[in-house]
Amino acid sequence: MLRIPCPFCGERDYTEFAFWGDASFPRPADPQELSDSEWSEHLFHRDNPAGQYLEYWHHALGCRGWFIIQRDTRTHLISPVCRGGEGRS
Amino acid sequence: MSRYSLATLARHAWRSNAHWPEALPERPLKPSYDAVIVGAGGHGLAAAWYLASQHGMTNIAVVDKGWLGGGNVARNTTIVRSNYFHPARRAMTNRALELWRGLSQELNYNVMFSPRGIINLAHSSSQMDDLARRGNAMMVDGVGAELLSVEDIRRRVPILDTDPQARHPIVGGMVQHEAGTARHDAVAWGYARAAMALGVDIFQNCEVTGIETREGRVESVNTGRGRIATPRLALCAAGGTSHLARMVGLTMPLENHLLQACVTEPVKPVLDCIVTHGVHNFYISQTDKGELVLGGDIDGYNNATSVGDPRTFEEIARVCLSLFPGFEQLRVMRTWGGVVDMSMDGSPILSHTSIDGLYVNAGWCYGGFKATPAAGEVLAAMIATDTTPSLAAEFGLDRFTTGAVVSEEGHGPRPWMYH
Ligand SMILES: Cc1cc2nc3c(=O)[nH]c(=O)nc-3n(C[C@H](O)[C@H](O)[C@H](O)COP(=O)(O)OP(=O)(O)OC[C@H]3O[C@@H](n4cnc5c(N)ncnc54)[C@H](O)[C@@H]3O)c2cc1C
Ligand SMILES: [Zn+2]
Repeated sequence: MLRIPCPFCGERDYTEFAFWGDASFPRPADPQELSDSEWSEHLFHRDNPAGQYLEYWHHALGCRGWFIIQRDTRTHLISPVCRGGEGRS
Repeated sequence: MSRYSLATLARHAWRSNAHWPEALPERPLKPSYDAVIVGAGGHGLAAAWYLASQHGMTNIAVVDKGWLGGGNVARNTTIVRSNYFHPARRAMTNRALELWRGLSQELNYNVMFSPRGIINLAHSSSQMDDLARRGNAMMVDGVGAELLSVEDIRRRVPILDTDPQARHPIVGGMVQHEAGTARHDAVAWGYARAAMALGVDIFQNCEVTGIETREGRVESVNTGRGRIATPRLALCAAGGTSHLARMVGLTMPLENHLLQACVTEPVKPVLDCIVTHGVHNFYISQTDKGELVLGGDIDGYNNATSVGDPRTFEEIARVCLSLFPGFEQLRVMRTWGGVVDMSMDGSPILSHTSIDGLYVNAGWCYGGFKATPAAGEVLAAMIATDTTPSLAAEFGLDRFTTGAVVSEEGHGPRPWMYH
């Protein structure tokens, strides 16, 4: 079973967490300013890599903290974690 | 290529079955084709067949990086149905059902389409209301649907636990009688053989590694076996789509996730229809060999491999036993997984792209097998005429810009929540 290292609680089974998707891009500062295609890029288009992937997890059945991890989608090896939105590119 | 018939069967039996010709003879790769299809899964092969049989385009190649039937076409749980609420989804799968009925004859290959019916269970009165709403929508389009009482279900599927004290008490359900199952690898082989007989070339172990364009038009593809010039290129690559699209600078509204399934050891016939759970995502049917085929949810996090999480099986087994306590002693014989291309609204993409001559058929999530004949037919028409057939009108890539997404389940841009 995939184990997720919560930065607050330590490593737990992934069934304690809610997966919340791609964290590789920030939310646009001013969505009102975007064209339809730029908004579509943000909302729907994904790199979908076979490899390193930044993703949100929510420790829904634990401390309820949010954080981002980097996981390789081919091996599921996880790199050091950051809290909240810290360390995001 | 020889036709299969009672006469050929008898003739080969007489000669001890030692002289059958190769089912899929290898041919040399030509330097150019009128169209190239990437992916020898169900959709790619079906598109090749309909291009040849309905549009007279026979100078086409289907290339696959793996072996024929190595993709999701022969990994799925073979459920064929058209009980969707969304009109566009229903129309597409309904056209497929029409084609499924005559497919074995059309292809001269037994795909064992078996319209045994699918029962969706309801475990609460609001779920019954929801099924009634869906059934009504289906009937408006002339698709048969029938609401079932617990008593009906008990009669139809005696092995189900319909006791009011069950873990998930069943309060009723809905059946689509015309739904069913088909032998999935036969679908790949049937389309492949039939297309080859009309002149289509199929190449296994032939990965596409690059796509060349000129002035916004497709010019050629590079493959493990060399360059192929072509003015028209269709991606039918399921989990390979994002990677291929990147070769021409496109990002797709897709994410790869893993879906697993398993079969039990074979037993005597106990289940003559497909049953789906109303609370958990769980579906079950019995093969003609007697194995029970069980499926559930995707693993829930992006995955680029076909190796899944054991926890999914725990859940499948738990849900299965809550409905069918009698299966407790059955042993699981095989498990496997397939990388599914989950789209951002849970609906497929059958579309032109910003590059002339490049077409995309993807995003079928875990429901593309049922649509195979129709997706192939529609894609073939799109390639042959360079227009958008009406069945594909709502499945264009532009919907993600206009906002007209086709979301049967309405989870927003969270592909891991769709089915
Ligand atoms: C476990 C499981 C259960 C399922 N159950 C059902 C079900 O019950 N009912 C249903 O309707 N659907 C089901 N599905 C979904 C269905 O199987 C798929 O939606 C459908 O098969 C996808 O279309 P396809 O057959 O063309 O794909 P595939 O067979 O996956 O074909 C895609 C092909 O593209 C090739 N390819 C990828 N990249 C490249 C490249 N760069 N170069 C060359 N070739 C490439 C691959 O090798 C592959 O053969 C299920 C899927 C899975 C995994
Ligand atoms: Zn925690």
